Amino acid sequence: MNSSLLQSIVDYVQSYLSSNQTPGVAGNWFWATVYVLLVFAGVSVGVICMNWLERKILAHMQVRLGPMRVGPHGLLQPIADALKLLLKEDIIPAEADALVFWIAPFIVDLAAFTVFIVVPFGPAHAVTDMNIGILFMLGVSSLSVLGIVTAGWASNSHYPLIGALRSSAQMVSYEVAMGLAVVSAIMMTSLSAEGGTLSMIGIVQRQQEQQVWFVFKFFPLGLVAFAIFAIAMIAETNRAPFDLPEAESELTAGFHTEYSGFRWSLFFLAEYAAMMAVSSIAVTLWLGGWLRPFPNALHGATWDLIFSFFPGLTFLFLGGLCFFNASRMPKHPFFKIQTMGLAAFGAVLGLIGLVLFVPGIRERVQDIFWFTAKVAAFMYLYIWYRGTFPRYRFDQLMKVGWKVLLPTGLALLILTAVVAMRTEVWAEVVVPMWLGFADLLRRIF
Amino acid sequence: MTDPKTLSPPSLETHVAARDETFLDTNELVINMGPQHPATHGVLRVILRLDGEKVLGLECVIGYLHRGVEKIAENRTYAMFNPYVDRMDYVAAVSNGLGYCEAVEKLLNVEAPPRAQYIRVILTELNRIASHQLWLGTHALDIGAITPLFYTFRDREEILKIFEKYCGARLTTHAFRIGGLQYEAYDGFEQDVKNFVKFVKPKIDEYEELLTTNRIWLERTKGVGVISGRDCIALGVTGPVLRASGVKWDIRKAQPYANYKNFDFEIPTGLNGDTYDRYLVRMVEMRQALRIIEQAVEGIPEGPIMAKVPKVIKPPVGEIYHSIEAPKGELGYFIVSDGSTQPYRVRVRPPSFVNLQALDLMCRGQLVADVIAVIGTLDIVLGEVDR
Repeated sequence: MNSSLLQSIVDYVQSYLSSNQTPGVAGNWFWATVYVLLVFAGVSVGVICMNWLERKILAHMQVRLGPMRVGPHGLLQPIADALKLLLKEDIIPAEADALVFWIAPFIVDLAAFTVFIVVPFGPAHAVTDMNIGILFMLGVSSLSVLGIVTAGWASNSHYPLIGALRSSAQMVSYEVAMGLAVVSAIMMTSLSAEGGTLSMIGIVQRQQEQQVWFVFKFFPLGLVAFAIFAIAMIAETNRAPFDLPEAESELTAGFHTEYSGFRWSLFFLAEYAAMMAVSSIAVTLWLGGWLRPFPNALHGATWDLIFSFFPGLTFLFLGGLCFFNASRMPKHPFFKIQTMGLAAFGAVLGLIGLVLFVPGIRERVQDIFWFTAKVAAFMYLYIWYRGTFPRYRFDQLMKVGWKVLLPTGLALLILTAVVAMRTEVWAEVVVPMWLGFADLLRRIF
Repeated sequence: MTDPKTLSPPSLETHVAARDETFLDTNELVINMGPQHPATHGVLRVILRLDGEKVLGLECVIGYLHRGVEKIAENRTYAMFNPYVDRMDYVAAVSNGLGYCEAVEKLLNVEAPPRAQYIRVILTELNRIASHQLWLGTHALDIGAITPLFYTFRDREEILKIFEKYCGARLTTHAFRIGGLQYEAYDGFEQDVKNFVKFVKPKIDEYEELLTTNRIWLERTKGVGVISGRDCIALGVTGPVLRASGVKWDIRKAQPYANYKNFDFEIPTGLNGDTYDRYLVRMVEMRQALRIIEQAVEGIPEGPIMAKVPKVIKPPVGEIYHSIEAPKGELGYFIVSDGSTQPYRVRVRPPSFVNLQALDLMCRGQLVADVIAVIGTLDIVLGEVDR
């Protein structure tokens, strides 16, 4: 009796492993919970990494070193910061609306983390697969504006109020252009034999089926849609050069001016989680999600094998980088612990890399690796933009949103629709044109 | 609706009364920007009256950094007051010192020997570049570009190193003495300066690469904070702000002091008087300063560095006004001597203080973000505004 119950539990747990579905679709509560926890932990670790990487990368772009004191090369800085924020006094301004002030960061965080339910890290690596996945993502992520408005309003102070108003106007207006770009990608999915889909996993599978990432589909239509989305998503997440709501030089800190300590860190967490969320939408819709590069040109067992080594190699490379830097640490007793720590960190990374070479694991983590790598590329872009661009003014931001991105998005949508209806015209007229152009370029150079 | 700019300047009340009350009662928002604010360049307090994000008017509240420098002068001998002037515009301390020393020299009717004058010009022009670099970095930071700040500070460091080698101090240098210089140029001074000129030329190109044709930079600066040449003259605005409005007025050319008439350089002027023009003018000024430095370092004559000045400086009874072209505009010293060892009265005409008057005129009808840009482009230093 007892053993059969245990047996059934084990069966329940194991039954999922053999299936090829997401736990949500398979209706397996156990694995769904595990996945939720994994995604939550993964996003949190991602935010911590981003914290360190942003400071380091930005610093190196700006001829400085960034954090160097807390741990080797400042590796423990995010942890020190987190501790500092947790230990800080929790201040709610006397004039603030305490309840709303308290709720606001949670709304923002909830919205930022909930969207990860449908993010497809692989064909089976998502918490669940909804048939309206992309709508769910856009819908939930736009809820975060509520939190920002409440935060600004509840602070009962001028600067946060202006920041909140700015950000609500900004997020709402950029969502329109964003939506148009998304629709054009959805339209491309409908060209598959199975018909169109809004499911995040479905969208990637359609790209696999059509053997093209949608960014290259109907060149340049897909590219333009991608560009519109890429611009809108920066505005959507309030990052430079569209970081008006938190424009430091104008509004001190925007909507979270009055927040401090842990509450502030929740906003910080949400900002970075939202960045990852919109990046993963972009990756899913246009950059082939979890698909590895060149699945058509470089196919076959050998190439599959080579590409499956990438995750392990990446970790080995990072581990090697740590060892290299450990060898370059100053030879002084003061740095002994730091040097050893860095070497140990490198060893851990290297070990993870070695584990990732194990055949069974190798194939399983591939999808996750490629997806994460693509999202990471976007994260780098975010940092790069921040180091390069000045900030738009509010009216100019609105101008870009409504007068440039929106008409472009509409025109693009119509064009995509026309092309999608008459694919043969595209195949007969435009594709040869591009081929001819490419041929011309080849002759010239 | 009336254009806010056509309304006569300051009084806020007259303008606010003109608001449209027939529609919904849209209350103006009064925002207090500063004295603790990241973009007011120190302790400037600006009271903004806003309609949404539009600026209806503003008032500057100054005095948070007031140290009574002019009053201190009345209790110090002429030589003792010299280091105090460095503390006014602390990012261009050398220029302040030059203005003060030349004013007292004029009062004493002596002239610094040629060698001293050449070294003075080199250091002053180096300081002009340092001041403009600091302006560029902070101005770009205000507009949201964080990277130029670090580039300019990196290169400004080289200038400060030269100052440090020359007189031991980096910022408040106290480099000049009444009648000439205290220190002879150190060995390798010329080479250091030449190396710096070679070093910084491509760096200025680098700043320009980041900003001059940057779309966002253009949008943020073109047509922002426009001021006409006539308004500039009416308000007494000088320096790059005046020149960007198309008025070719530079005291180095107009009333040559030191030995600027020996050098070949150009006065850049702008056309539109907007923030972008002021940016361009200052960028050209940096290059022109390099030109002056190159000529000066080639032609440093041999000879004494100190004129015959008595140990105790006791100018004859009289008064003098002497002004120089500081990086921020006309820096004037009005000194009244009663024949004693201490000045009877010293009045400083600081460029930042006078230029700050134009802030209200330049910001009316613009947005909050432009106020930040305009404060940056006026290039004020609160130490000099409040004294």
